[in-house]
Amino acid sequence: MATFTFELVSPERLLFSGEVESVVVPSSEGEMTVMAGHAPVMAVLKPGVVAVSEGKGAVRRLFVRGGFADVGPDGLTILAEVALPMEELDVATLAQHVRDAEEDVADAKTDEARQAAAERLSQLTELRDALVH
Amino acid sequence: MPSLKDLRNRIASVKATQKITKAMQMVAAAKLRRAQTAAEAARPYAERMETVLANLASRMTVTEGAPRLLAGTGRDETHLLIVCTAERGLCGAFNSSIARLARDKANALMAQGKTVKILCVGKKGYDILRRQFKDQIIELIELRSVRQIGFENADAVGRKVLQMFDAGAFDVATLFYSKFKSVISQVPTAQQIIPAEFDGETKAATGLDAVYDYEPGEEEILAALLPRNVSVQIFRALLENGASEQGARMSAMDNATRNAGEMIKKQTLTYNRTRQAMITKELIEIISGAEAL
Repeated sequence: MATFTFELVSPERLLFSGEVESVVVPSSEGEMTVMAGHAPVMAVLKPGVVAVSEGKGAVRRLFVRGGFADVGPDGLTILAEVALPMEELDVATLAQHVRDAEEDVADAKTDEARQAAAERLSQLTELRDALVH
Repeated sequence: MPSLKDLRNRIASVKATQKITKAMQMVAAAKLRRAQTAAEAARPYAERMETVLANLASRMTVTEGAPRLLAGTGRDETHLLIVCTAERGLCGAFNSSIARLARDKANALMAQGKTVKILCVGKKGYDILRRQFKDQIIELIELRSVRQIGFENADAVGRKVLQMFDAGAFDVATLFYSKFKSVISQVPTAQQIIPAEFDGETKAATGLDAVYDYEPGEEEILAALLPRNVSVQIFRALLENGASEQGARMSAMDNATRNAGEMIKKQTLTYNRTRQAMITKELIEIISGAEAL
């Protein structure tokens, strides 16, 4: 299967860089799978899990929160606000993210900001529930 | 002529100082490695961010609807200078060269009749600048308690800046920090972050003809990215600063250690000369005393 270059970077470090077969990206408009030769697209991310298939059935899962994905001629780059390998993510960390999101909702000054924050919160709680069960 | 005891004391005190500077040099070397890795780890993100933004910005024509973070407020009256320096001294000209750059800029702006506001990140820059710009400094953000600068720290600063921008407190923001080139060379840099500026180089390099799809829309993405870019640039500046600071301290302390070594050598020479002179003098006295008998 054809491969393409995938990079996942957070402000603090480069989490993943290499040739992959496909990547499932949690875009704000719905999940999408990026494969080699994908049309150039730029998408905003929602909190969720990026699933990376490196071939031979191996799948790596990474948690991302916010940021955006950029598919270009030279591959896929995800710039995430927060990114963690799934192994490092535990319920406590996620609960912290949920708390942060709740604070954001409380702090929001305009209706628009509140709506955006509330949306993020619901996405996060959804993810948490999916993980806990 | 100092007595032998004075000389001995002096040598001892220089030796003690040398021990301290040597220790500081080694600590700085260890910290430098960590700071350098952190700065390097953050580079891909900031670079990609810049490419993507430059890409987006180049296709956005500056119209009335363009985000203010990109197009500016249309005025050029109030300037905010964000001066990032270290929290500690004893690192050579590191703090003063950043402060000098900021001071020159502030003076130039004020000479043009513009309003200048200064936001200090790091105590040392504040100490230097407050003498001259007491009324211009609006806030000091201390990161003394932060051991390893995380994105949250930069984000906090970034949010504060954005809040002020939204409130119309300034038109142009410039970031002052020291770029880490190597251990012996750090370049004080001024970078304009609001309105966002991209150098022509990245623009040309990213002027791809690819037809991009945007989800949700171009404006939404730009609106989400631009505020984020401010924090990212500040984060990068802080990390570069961290590495620069340790590099500057390391070479400063290396110099100090070497100077102390030289001083000890000179003092020891004087000490030995004085000692011999005294012995010779005593011998002469004894001999002449014996001859007189």
